[in-house]
Amino acid sequence: MDALDGNVIGGLLIDVFGAEMTAAGSTCGTCGATRPVAELVVYRQAPGIVVRCRTCGNVVMVFVTRHGVTGIDLSGLASLSEPGSALSGGQDPGHGCLRTGTPK
Amino acid sequence: MERTAVRGRLTWQTAAVTSVTRETASVVTIQLDLPDWPGHRAGQHLEVRLTADDGYQAEREYSIASAPGEPLAITVERLEGGEVSPYLTEELRAGDELELRGPIGGYFVWEPGDGGPLLLLAGGSGVVPLRSILRHRHRAGSDVPAHLLYSARTWPDVIYCDELDKDYDHLQVSYTLTRSQPPGWTGYTGRINQALLAEVAWPAEARPLAYICGPTSFVETAAAELVGLGYPPEKVKTERFGATGGH
Repeated sequence: MDALDGNVIGGLLIDVFGAEMTAAGSTCGTCGATRPVAELVVYRQAPGIVVRCRTCGNVVMVFVTRHGVTGIDLSGLASLSEPGSALSGGQDPGHGCLRTGTPK
Repeated sequence: MERTAVRGRLTWQTAAVTSVTRETASVVTIQLDLPDWPGHRAGQHLEVRLTADDGYQAEREYSIASAPGEPLAITVERLEGGEVSPYLTEELRAGDELELRGPIGGYFVWEPGDGGPLLLLAGGSGVVPLRSILRHRHRAGSDVPAHLLYSARTWPDVIYCDELDKDYDHLQVSYTLTRSQPPGWTGYTGRINQALLAEVAWPAEARPLAYICGPTSFVETAAAELVGLGYPPEKVKTERFGATGGH
């Protein structure tokens, strides 16, 4: 299956961040490339969702949802720029675990 | 209104199917009635969820085909071996219910104030969100010129054919058929490439906005070639979906 792009995880990102994030700016923590989240490379066939930098290919975000809880790893990102979001520019995104839905 | 909604929460809602219209042998447009639909922007998508009798659930994203202000509609292509699209394209009938949530997306969207000229590149059913943009442009009375280049396998695979032919002012539509062409075909043939784009795309000096939607390989070729023609990358918006081959 081909890689998709960040548009396809728009719904998941609303679940996780509480805001529309596909138009937010991202900065790769490895190479420093900046681009809208919508233009990142997204692989969904893995057990989770893996998001990679389109410039250097390094992993910038990973989302794994199990029993209604989404674990997120944003340690490959230097920043997300959406103003007013939980993770504004300059802050270390780090790791987190958010409850995003009703356990099935 | 905004204060009554839970900010940032997408909730599943049950829509009533008001009509199912066959567009091609493998594509239908599904019109939906959803009393609490908050409205959408041209180019956005939504998620559909099907639940089997045993509780198994499958979710898929579908581009919204209608313009803001029109009754909500999605256009769905049947993917062989798919979990959701065969049901939507073959089984679903007017009067049925469909679970969905949205609208989703803030990047691959166009508003009349964004201007143009618009270069819209569609690979197969990638034409769906571009149709929403064209309808929005038409309904808003925008005179932004637009050029749609639509790549399809064969002529019978072209979606919205009559509408694209008749309904829009200041729109030029070019087709390229990649697999076979009807007798007397005068349009383009073969996959999108640099020579084709150099011929049909607005020159970069016109400061066009490009929207490309289709299978991943189509989008990546088209986007790279437009940048090669001098389009600034930030003026080339892309949306990829899983390849179905042939575009």
